[in-house]
This record gives sequence, structure tokens and C-alpha cells, in this order.
Amino acid sequence: MSAEYRSQVESQRAYLLRYATLQLRDRDAAEDAVQETLLAALADGAGFSGRSNLRTWLTGILKHKIVDAIRRASREQPLAPADELETGDLDAPFDRRGHWQEPPTAWDDPDGALHQKQFLAALEACLAGLPAKTAQAFMMREHLGLETGEICKELGITATHCWVLLYRARMALRQCLDTNWFRT
Amino acid sequence: MMLSCREVTRLVSQRQDRALDFGERFALRAHFALCKGCRNIGRQIDFLRRAVVRLGEHGETAER
Repeated sequence: MSAEYRSQVESQRAYLLRYATLQLRDRDAAEDAVQETLLAALADGAGFSGRSNLRTWLTGILKHKIVDAIRRASREQPLAPADELETGDLDAPFDRRGHWQEPPTAWDDPDGALHQKQFLAALEACLAGLPAKTAQAFMMREHLGLETGEICKELGITATHCWVLLYRARMALRQCLDTNWFRT
Repeated sequence: MMLSCREVTRLVSQRQDRALDFGERFALRAHFALCKGCRNIGRQIDFLRRAVVRLGEHGETAER
């Protein structure tokens, strides 16, 4: 293996670490997943040869390591109460007839906010506030781009529960951004 | 049959994850035509996907 290949792989460490941390929310677990990814990449230089983008290739390996880590953690962690199927939180924005208690108001230039560092920091803070499994399901869907069937399987939950976690995550994030960004 | 805002909001989330059938799409459109709150939540939930993608890219640009 060439020293140049080794240093190119190594130069992606910071990016990969951020990618893994965003998903796993645990610095140690993220470091482990990145370390395994780099070792696998260094052991398999031939796997990369001929591909155009080293980062894309490494990110593909990392995704598998992240899913492995989530699967392991899912076996060990009991479900937190806030991650349960029914907690009453999902019906709170609605009255008994299913109408909004307070209809959501429009956001002013949300796509403009995407270019602001402070907005992205606010989004990360909102993500950090989600219950563990709810956040995992949401990020597996939106960040790793997995299908819901795969997410249910890796988290060891039913399909209905999976829909509920994704719904809960979206409603909570929407509310958090509404309160902490768009209405301040 | 008119859907309630609660039902519409669940469908708005599910359309991010699966293809809605014709009846569901029709019911959503009919509801959106009359309900500003649900139009807003529809746009905002769509926006969350773009925001998370951007969060991932942001890490990429940050180190260049």
C-alpha cells in the first residue's frame, strides 16, 4: 500500500467522524466506527482502485459500520419511555376532533436559513433533544437514507412503531425549530 | 370523506417514507386547499429533509 494512499485515507478522518457523530450521537461510538472504517479501507486498497471518489467510497463503508453499531446498541438498550409507541405526545397539538389547537404558521425564508451556521447549530441542538431511538430512526432515514423496512429491522421494532418514531421526530423537530429559530 | 388535520399530518410524514396511493394524495390536496395550517406543516416537514441533507454537507464544506 502506498504512503500516499494511506495519507489520503487518513485525511478523511475528520469528515467521517462528523458524519458518524451526527448519526450515533456518541463520540466514542463514532470514533470506533470511523477507526474500523479506516482500517478496512487500508486493508483493502484494491477495493478503491478505479473508483472516482475516495470520500464517497469511505462513507459507504462507514454507513455499514454505523448500522452495525446501532444494531449492537439496540440489543443492549431498553426502550426509553419517550420512545414508546403511545405516549400521548402525538395527539397533543390537536383537539378531540383532530383539528389544530394552534395551527402552524408559515416560516419566513426557511431555505435562506440553510446557509446560516447558527441555523444549522440550532437544528443540531433540536436533534440532540430527541429521545434516543426516535433520533436514530429519523437519522437512519434522512441522513443514511435507509428505507423504513430496514430501519425497523435494525432497531428491532415493528413497522407501526417505526412510522410513529419518524412522525414523532418530524413533529418535535418542526416544533423545536419553530420555537427556537423561526419565531424568535 | 374529509380527513382531520391530525390524519393529514400523519400522511404528510408518511409521504416522506412511502408512495401514497391515489386516494391519499387526493385527500391531501383537498384538505390543503382549505387548510392553511396543514399546508404550512406540509412545507415544513418537506423542509426538514433538505435541512438534514444540508447539515451533512456543512461538515464537508467546513473542513475544506
